[in-house]
Amino acid sequence: MKFSKDWLFQHVDAAIGTAELVARLTMAGLEVDGVEPAAPAFSGVVVGEILAVAPHPEADQLRICRVLAGPGAIRQVVCGAPNARAGLKAPFAEVGARLPDDRTIGAARLRGVESFGMLCSAAELGLSGDHQGLLEFDAELPVGADVRAALALEDDLIEVDLTPNRGDCLSIRGLAREVAAVLGERLKEFPIPPVAAAADDRLPIVLHAEGACPRYAGRIVRGLDPGARTPQWLQERLRRAGLRAIHPVVDVTNYVMLELGQPMHGFDLAQVRGGIEVRHARPGEVLTLLDGSEIALDGKALVIADAERPLALAGIMGGRDSGVGEATVDVFLESAHFAPQAIAGKARQYGLHTDSSHRFERGVDPELPQLALERATALLLAIAGGRAGPVVLVEQPHAIPEARVVELRRSRLTQQLDIAIPGARVVEMLTSLGLETVAETDAGWQFRMPSWRFDLGIEADLIEEVARIHGYNELPASLPALAPELRVPQENPLDAVRSALVNRGYQEVISYSFVPPEIAAQIAGEGGVRVANPISAAMSVMRPSLWPGLLLAARHNLHRQQGRLRLFETGLRFSDVPGFGQQLTVAGLVTGDRDPEGWNNARDKAGFYDIKGDVEALLQALGVAPSIRMERAGHPALHPGQCLRLLEAAGKELGHVGMLSPAVARELDFGQPLFLFEILMDRLPLAATPRFRAPSKFPAVRRDIAVVVPRQAAAADLLAVIRNTAGRLLTEARIFDVYQGEGLENNEKSIAVGLTFQDEERTLRDSDVQAAEAAIVAALTSAFGARLRGE
Amino acid sequence: MDNLDGVVARAKAELAAAETLAALDAVRVHYLGKKGSLTALLQGLGQLPAAQRREAGAGINSAKAEVQAAIEARREELAQAEMAHRLAAETLDVTLPGSRVDVGGLHPITRILQRIQTIFVSAGYRVEEGPEIEDDYHNFEALNIPAHHPARAMHDTFYIDDVHVLRTHTSPVQVRTLERSAPPLRIICPGRVYRCDSDLTHTPMFHQVEGLVVDRGISFAHLRGTVDQFLKAFFAADLPVRFRPSYFPFTEPSAEVDIQCTQCGGAGCRVCKHSGWLEVMGCGMVHPRVLAHCGVDAEVYSGFAFGMGVERLAMMRYGIGDLRMFFENDLRFLQQF
Repeated sequence: MKFSKDWLFQHVDAAIGTAELVARLTMAGLEVDGVEPAAPAFSGVVVGEILAVAPHPEADQLRICRVLAGPGAIRQVVCGAPNARAGLKAPFAEVGARLPDDRTIGAARLRGVESFGMLCSAAELGLSGDHQGLLEFDAELPVGADVRAALALEDDLIEVDLTPNRGDCLSIRGLAREVAAVLGERLKEFPIPPVAAAADDRLPIVLHAEGACPRYAGRIVRGLDPGARTPQWLQERLRRAGLRAIHPVVDVTNYVMLELGQPMHGFDLAQVRGGIEVRHARPGEVLTLLDGSEIALDGKALVIADAERPLALAGIMGGRDSGVGEATVDVFLESAHFAPQAIAGKARQYGLHTDSSHRFERGVDPELPQLALERATALLLAIAGGRAGPVVLVEQPHAIPEARVVELRRSRLTQQLDIAIPGARVVEMLTSLGLETVAETDAGWQFRMPSWRFDLGIEADLIEEVARIHGYNELPASLPALAPELRVPQENPLDAVRSALVNRGYQEVISYSFVPPEIAAQIAGEGGVRVANPISAAMSVMRPSLWPGLLLAARHNLHRQQGRLRLFETGLRFSDVPGFGQQLTVAGLVTGDRDPEGWNNARDKAGFYDIKGDVEALLQALGVAPSIRMERAGHPALHPGQCLRLLEAAGKELGHVGMLSPAVARELDFGQPLFLFEILMDRLPLAATPRFRAPSKFPAVRRDIAVVVPRQAAAADLLAVIRNTAGRLLTEARIFDVYQGEGLENNEKSIAVGLTFQDEERTLRDSDVQAAEAAIVAALTSAFGARLRGE
Repeated sequence: MDNLDGVVARAKAELAAAETLAALDAVRVHYLGKKGSLTALLQGLGQLPAAQRREAGAGINSAKAEVQAAIEARREELAQAEMAHRLAAETLDVTLPGSRVDVGGLHPITRILQRIQTIFVSAGYRVEEGPEIEDDYHNFEALNIPAHHPARAMHDTFYIDDVHVLRTHTSPVQVRTLERSAPPLRIICPGRVYRCDSDLTHTPMFHQVEGLVVDRGISFAHLRGTVDQFLKAFFAADLPVRFRPSYFPFTEPSAEVDIQCTQCGGAGCRVCKHSGWLEVMGCGMVHPRVLAHCGVDAEVYSGFAFGMGVERLAMMRYGIGDLRMFFENDLRFLQQF
């Protein structure tokens, strides 16, 4: 809410500068978003009166005006404004005046006619964006007066960002009440005398929707002067609050809303048939709103209707057909209380957000409708004349919110704030906010809440008010005495994952959890969890895998001359199983050279075995390597010949390692091979606590064998046969060479395995080792048709 | 004896000429070996008259010792020369860079999260996490934000379906934790959160750390003390901290917390919009209704909660000006941390 400081201080007896006001508001919880002057700097602009207008001999668009700029000061001015006319008072920049755009006005010759000064639009003075014509002043403004003084422009406009609980501060009067309490100053009286009825004109009003509109005040005003203009001072106040003057009736209702906080509406009486009903919309009803949009109403929409049709969306926006216009002479003024729960969400439902809905959603003082109606009537009669009918007030008394009574215990207050504030001071603070003491005892107080404070309902609310007025920063601070508790340490496997990967050269990235649907589909197929209201189509699917984010990060960096990448990310991946799958995952990406560039480093490219090595190292660092199985597999995003699946002991899939399928790589515009892994952290077994085994005291024996096997034989199967055959003496079998090519058949390869034998109880004899070795070779021969290389 | 002196002189000359250990050994064998010339002289003593034998023997032995010493001296010289040669041959340009092994790095957000966690975990807080696709109840209802409440407009929510949203804050983790564990409780809840907002100063995803303490007798003073100490610890500086009244549906009283601008020291600058203060977190006393939703008796227990934006803290700590850089994953950015 933007408000004028001058206006505020007409309601509070305080003399403080803008900076202090801003500081006090901020520290009272009314966050100030910005401060701006009511008008930008300009000088030398006075109230001018156009005495006469004559055509310009050389230009149809221009006219020659004689302008009175002060007693006896008549100037000839060439002016192009369409509304320049004799008798008009408008801002006049004398020769030598400085305008907000830093222009200095000088004498000029326009199409051969001399011009001394400039008549100004509102835009030229920085007062609004309106540059359609001259800013039209009220006839009352004294000619020759400095415009800054005449319009009281030495004012500051303060924008407060009010939290939703403080709907009571959405008016000058409400802000003044708050500021008075915060400063400990007096709120000025603001009597609103009732306007006596001058005619017995009235519309019947019926409230149907139970509880939605517990109070409705309405009144007819007939015989408005259709030519009446909203006075300068009122227009200026609207402008300073960010509103435009539209029509005296609209301006007056807006003004009262700004002043008191009560949103109102004026109907063109000629368009109202029968009486006024507040009811829910009927199926099929449509309403064209003031902004021209047509909305189809559903049965939950609360409307103001006449006997035939809906006229307005209650508390949100009026209808176009019943709105006031240039021809309006008779109006029906509405000032009603709508319950917040009846308005909440409705504006949003129709894509609307209005000053009215903003206030009703937050709660408007139910005691305001009649006061506001009297205030508006008085203003309207003063501006546009007319005769007011009597106020018609209709209520659902049981639905009018009752003033709540809330208990505040001294003990609780002292305990929560850790400070003993004298009781009298507590009462003083709360009564300054409009609370009334209902009862006071040794234990505490009963307070009655003011009708405008929708946010006060429980003891904690009162404790906050006391703390707020006392000043949060004046309250003590201490640390809670928490009983020290010794617990099993909380270990986060992600920490181990991160440190293992960082040590192997991986850089962590964090990418958005929503990814482009086409990339998600390439990786995980169609479907997935969709965001109903995404920021953009490219961020509309919750990642089914961490790979899309890594691939996007890789692309970003490859496009920036970073050809060697090791990236990883941890986080949730999502699936659209019932209840949604949200699995903690770690994934990595490798591309480019195996080693960083260096004079002493190899220059070959990283490949499948490099990333697999990283995964193996990761599993080892996590202490779970022995229980993880790996097998050849397929994956839609991976190369069919370079894809490995990880399984936990019970056979559940843990993840994949492999090369990005060349088809997908081409689709995503990658010019170099990429390798990926992904592991579901949730399914990883917990690292077992290590159990110590004494190392053997007896020497180990190493035997190397090289066997020739068919190419398609899997190394893992070979090792399995070796381990199963060798028995407990074999402590390690390590493949140290793989060869295919010269000396072997095309469909053959040679695998060399280093076998380490050791016994825990004795030194092995040659015969033990030879027997084991022979058994291994025999088993390999029978399983794979293997032969020892060189035989 | 002239003959003997000549032999020694010759041996010495030959030793001086020996350039290798092998040549040296040949000289040794030639003079001192079983068939060596000095050995032969000793063997020839028996032919001398007994009266001359003693004197001649002493002469030969002395010559033998002299040659032996010369051999040892030469051997030492040769060993030193050989070592010097080897060392020269093995000399490297030690200024060449070592074999490069790149170490990766953590994302700055992770580093900040770890820093926050370290501070709280050392004070006995546990780390709790929760789902990112959250149900309406835990994200809103249980936190005292009913449907259509204007406070919902403070959260630009991403919806998945009628009952699921992308969590707009990590506060639902508080609720989930309170639902399953009875107080006393000290937790922090780090994680990703989502708001449907994207511009210079907002990304649709960011990180929060929420903290919650529930126990008997927890007061607003405890909240102030905890937040104040945390901020001073996090920034490793005795920064002025101030509390401003604010509003969150799930806390009462509620506060926003500002620290003195880390950029200008409070004098006012562009970063702090000339206020001298930077907003760093929101906090408050847990609303009794939230405790009630979780089955906690608000008459017996009270608590405080606080929540901070991790990106914002990272920007302050590292002097990062553009929020969006966190999620571009440009290595030239990431490798700086």
